[in-house]
Amino acid sequence: MKHLDSLEAESIHILRETAAQFQRPVLMYSIGKDSSVLMHLARKAFFPSRPPFPFLHIDTTWKFHEMIAFRDRRVAEEEVDLIVHTNPDGLENKVTPFTHGAAYTDIMKTQALRQALTAGGYDGVIGGARRDEEKSRAKERVFSFRDAHHRWDPKNQKPELWNTYNGRTNKGESVRVFPLSNWTELDIWLYILREGIPVVPLYLAKDRPVVERDGALIMVDDDRFPLLPNETPMMKSVRFRTLGCYPLTGAIESEAATLHEIIAEMLVARTSERQGRLIDQDQSASMELKKQEGYF
Amino acid sequence: MDGTPSNAAPSAHPSLAAQRVQTYLEKHEDKGLLRLLTCGSVDDGKSTLIGRLLHDTKQVFDDLMSALERDSKVSGTTGPGRVDYALLLDGLQAEREQGITIDAAYRYFNTEKRKFVVADAPGHEQYTRNMCTAASTAELAILLVDARKGVITQTRRHTYVCSLMGIKTVVLAVNKMDLRDYDQGVFDAIVAAYLPFAAKLGIDTVTCIPLSALEGDNIVAPSPHMPWYTGPALLPFLEEVDVATDREHSSFRFPVQWVNRPNLDFRGFSGTVVSGAISVGDGVSTLPSGQKSKVARIVTKDGDLARAVAGQAVTLTLTDEIDVSRGDMLVPTEDQPAMGDHFTANLIWMDSNALMPGREYLVRMGPRQTRGQVTSIKHKIDVNTMDERPAPTLELNDVGLVNLSIDRALPFDPYTENRDTGSFILIDRLTNATVGAGMIQFSLWRSTNLAWQHLEIGPEQRARQKGQRPCVLWLTGLSGSGKSTIANLLDKRLYAEGHHATMLDGDNVRHGLNNDLGFTAQDRVENIRRVTEVASLMADAGLITLVSFISPYREERNSAKVRIGDARFVEIYVKADVATCAERDPKGLYKKALAGEIKNFTGVDAPYEEPLDPTVTVDTANSTPEEAVELILDWLRAQGFLSVEGDGSGI
Ligand SMILES: Nc1nc2c(ncn2[C@@H]2O[C@H](COP(=O)(O)OP(=O)(O)OP(=O)(O)O)[C@@H](O)[C@H]2O)c(=O)[nH]1
Ligand SMILES: [Mg+2]
Repeated sequence: MKHLDSLEAESIHILRETAAQFQRPVLMYSIGKDSSVLMHLARKAFFPSRPPFPFLHIDTTWKFHEMIAFRDRRVAEEEVDLIVHTNPDGLENKVTPFTHGAAYTDIMKTQALRQALTAGGYDGVIGGARRDEEKSRAKERVFSFRDAHHRWDPKNQKPELWNTYNGRTNKGESVRVFPLSNWTELDIWLYILREGIPVVPLYLAKDRPVVERDGALIMVDDDRFPLLPNETPMMKSVRFRTLGCYPLTGAIESEAATLHEIIAEMLVARTSERQGRLIDQDQSASMELKKQEGYF
Repeated sequence: MDGTPSNAAPSAHPSLAAQRVQTYLEKHEDKGLLRLLTCGSVDDGKSTLIGRLLHDTKQVFDDLMSALERDSKVSGTTGPGRVDYALLLDGLQAEREQGITIDAAYRYFNTEKRKFVVADAPGHEQYTRNMCTAASTAELAILLVDARKGVITQTRRHTYVCSLMGIKTVVLAVNKMDLRDYDQGVFDAIVAAYLPFAAKLGIDTVTCIPLSALEGDNIVAPSPHMPWYTGPALLPFLEEVDVATDREHSSFRFPVQWVNRPNLDFRGFSGTVVSGAISVGDGVSTLPSGQKSKVARIVTKDGDLARAVAGQAVTLTLTDEIDVSRGDMLVPTEDQPAMGDHFTANLIWMDSNALMPGREYLVRMGPRQTRGQVTSIKHKIDVNTMDERPAPTLELNDVGLVNLSIDRALPFDPYTENRDTGSFILIDRLTNATVGAGMIQFSLWRSTNLAWQHLEIGPEQRARQKGQRPCVLWLTGLSGSGKSTIANLLDKRLYAEGHHATMLDGDNVRHGLNNDLGFTAQDRVENIRRVTEVASLMADAGLITLVSFISPYREERNSAKVRIGDARFVEIYVKADVATCAERDPKGLYKKALAGEIKNFTGVDAPYEEPLDPTVTVDTANSTPEEAVELILDWLRAQGFLSVEGDGSGI
């Protein structure tokens, strides 16, 4: 079997186990490239049935506009059930990435996610994280247990042998399921290319209005962006390696406007994909801490 | 249109980028994947080694390299100014604080020749279950040894876990050679200590490489510090080593994960082909129910297939409306696995609450879940000596051989034949923790895929027909003590007197029935089990069955006695001391064993446990074989085995 075929088969196996083992499974759909691959795999895994679980998007209201448009189109095309949740407390208190710093991520992402999962009573929560993304993720199980407070205990993970997954939980507990655990960023792109999977155009280079802040290129996606007195957006040919909230996602300068060009760039890249994520850089263990609090 | 990119190159001419991607795919798409793990004792340098390997093969991105340099200043264990490569792997805060690995890290990388998935396992004994997790999907193990410490308990424990998990290829990486002046003597001594141990466990190939993970010696290229070492460096070896497992050519097995029922017109069974291959039209049976049908379609979203092979995730539809649910297994009607509800299995215990025999656990075999209990612990393994010790329970990280009984008979294959259909996990019903990992050896006699046939003609009838009471004469004793000679003579005498007898000889059986078995502990158990079964069948057939088998362990002979039945099991001790046997040495084996050429030789470097209370003892050091035969015949006559009351004319 070709490598991508093995990865695909393994992910399908995991998705089917999730559908079969949990009472209320749900798929976390974050619109990015990994979510696009997940959606594609979920369609394959259950064909000719539709995926037997809803998709959930945590909308911070600060996503790129193109992401939301893409989401609505794809959900309609694939006829999946989409649930969108925004933290109402955050909206009420006008929490923004510009005014609330680290608290923003906690309130609009982590807390929002916990609210939605608790409300839905979801016990099996599928996410698109990969082990090659980050050093604490490299340690995580495919079926990753969360206690009733959605917390991960990295020092005490359940053994996970062969392809036999234990998704049993008691009331209130849940399992995060990562079907793409063994994929690399390059695998994801090669698969998108091979399968013709639609992705948000922000992944491809184009002239976009950006400002440079703390060494990162931030796209000015709408007029909520508070420009500093001497700041003017400049047009640069940029693209994104990961997508999140626009004020927190750094672009890279690039001319790669096709998938082939992205992949060709990646073959010679010298930096990791998370470099553009401002949220991971506060400290070495920041991802692990966020995950312990319930972040994906 | 919101500008979704087209996935093709933009122009009719393939762009430079498209060409590059194409070249990459051609080179890498079909490249084999090697799954490996690093293991060995705590601080032997596993994480450092993998970090170094990633660094030296340029897999570490610039931003991660600068993060590593920062981290090394804070949590490094390598002293000022040096990068601590282990921090590339030890990604948890607690790991950095303590300077040890707690859970396995998975890393993916490529070289020109191969793709790799490395699981960097923890060495600390407390985290053995995490090491097991890593080993369960690996094909090769790099076992590290600290050149200063040599082979220690944890080295042996990990080797044993690897062998149980079915890993056949091991690299013994003797690390920290820089701290022992790159001395060949140090390396040779560790290799000499390790190899016999690995051989005992049935590990096929061990490649030994001296290295320094910290300094980068013998990692990607031969080290100038060790000119005396002429073998390959680690990476070139990993690129070339052959670990091929041929899952496609074994029997078709398809555990059903999910019943696919989008509407009333479609009913398919989704799952992964775990071994073998299947084509449309093939006859299949669903187990455990045994109903038969044929494959109608092999459905995927990309179109129907004519054939599916091991590793593919597909949906099968059948030509008949038979009842199939999650956990059932589709198998070829012509090539069905055994069914069992009582197994002998190796069990690794992974919970701080000890195993409780008799307590009910959930047993998960692939997608099938049932209830079961460990009915007995045959022994646990002392990982230092590989001795089998009696044990009332298994504690965290213990490994033992147990009997497991489950609620209903299910299909299985021995683990050595099929990792997927021969493995199970035990789950605690209250905590839902995964508490045990099991590898099935074989099913106990009680379970079979056939219902017991009612025997119309019983042993009584056969005995009367033959004018004798069948029994099993079990001759035990050292090699060269005279078992076969006596059995041969006895057979002739019985024949001459008109009796019906047959012989099972240890050596001969190993050439035929048991030619797939070696001399490991497990194989010995299986060897005896089969001989016991066969002897029992022959006695059932009415024969006086002569078994000549060294059978050095009381426990083995005792289980044969239990199986065959007290009343017809006759233990005959063919007694001669080692010196006498070694002097006779009819096959020249003692000479070899004493010279160290054969290991595990009974009486030389493996024990022979004398029978405590044999039925008959013949002392061949002080009597002739003829005298011994007379003694046995007298005993048989006296006990009435050679005549039967009533008419001898049959039923
Ligand atoms: N001098 C020397 N030190 C080494 C070498 N390899 C590793 N070390 C040091 O040994 C210590 C332990 O290394 P690790 O890589 O963390 O060991 P480990 O085997 O991964 O340990 P656990 O995962 O906790 O079992 C560190 O301080 C390393 O720098 C070597 O080849 N030479
Ligand atoms: Mg380590």
